[in-house]
Amino acid sequence: MIKITDKPIDVQKVIEAATALGAGGLNTFMGTVRNTTKNKNVRWLEYESYEAMAIVEIRKIVDEAIERWNLLGHAISHRVGTLRPGEIAVVVAVSTPHRKESFEACQFIVDELKAKAPIWKKEVFEDGEQWVSAHP
Amino acid sequence: MKYKVKAFGIARDILGAKEINLEIKGNQVADLRKHLSFHYPALNDLNSLLIAVNLSYAGDDTALEESDEIVLIPPVSGG
Repeated sequence: MIKITDKPIDVQKVIEAATALGAGGLNTFMGTVRNTTKNKNVRWLEYESYEAMAIVEIRKIVDEAIERWNLLGHAISHRVGTLRPGEIAVVVAVSTPHRKESFEACQFIVDELKAKAPIWKKEVFEDGEQWVSAHP
Repeated sequence: MKYKVKAFGIARDILGAKEINLEIKGNQVADLRKHLSFHYPALNDLNSLLIAVNLSYAGDDTALEESDEIVLIPPVSGG
């Protein structure tokens, strides 16, 4: 399951979608909204995605992970819209036969998703706003 | 050639619209880049600007068709 959603993510559902009976490890990563950036208070984040391409790019990342780590199950859900500190922005869950692979595959998918998927966030502060990573 | 170009994030803010219609000389991604960089110089200040054609990142020598889905991808920041 690969999903972009504007509703709060049901973590239990993501975990269930990644479950596999042959797995000895199911690893879940949750990315959450931090309340500060460089000592400035973040009021909220605005996430947006180019959904059709985000799904394609995440699919490619998962396919690479399947080749490298014997993934038995996977589920990825990324939220868009307005998110406040503490809320969950992304959930990545993977199942593998043994635990070591589950940690590695999960980290790989999260890192690649952050680097490649066309998803953006804008930080809104008390005194302004900025698109994350846009400028040097 | 005439193209429809969509943009997200800060690229949309710079263009001032979610989608613009452009008429440019040439038919490659590089020609589109040249046009954008001249008419929207704030794009040159970004850390990066990728161009997606029909849901894939496209190199500068990619040939464009007028029916292509062309999208400006500023630095991504998901997660």
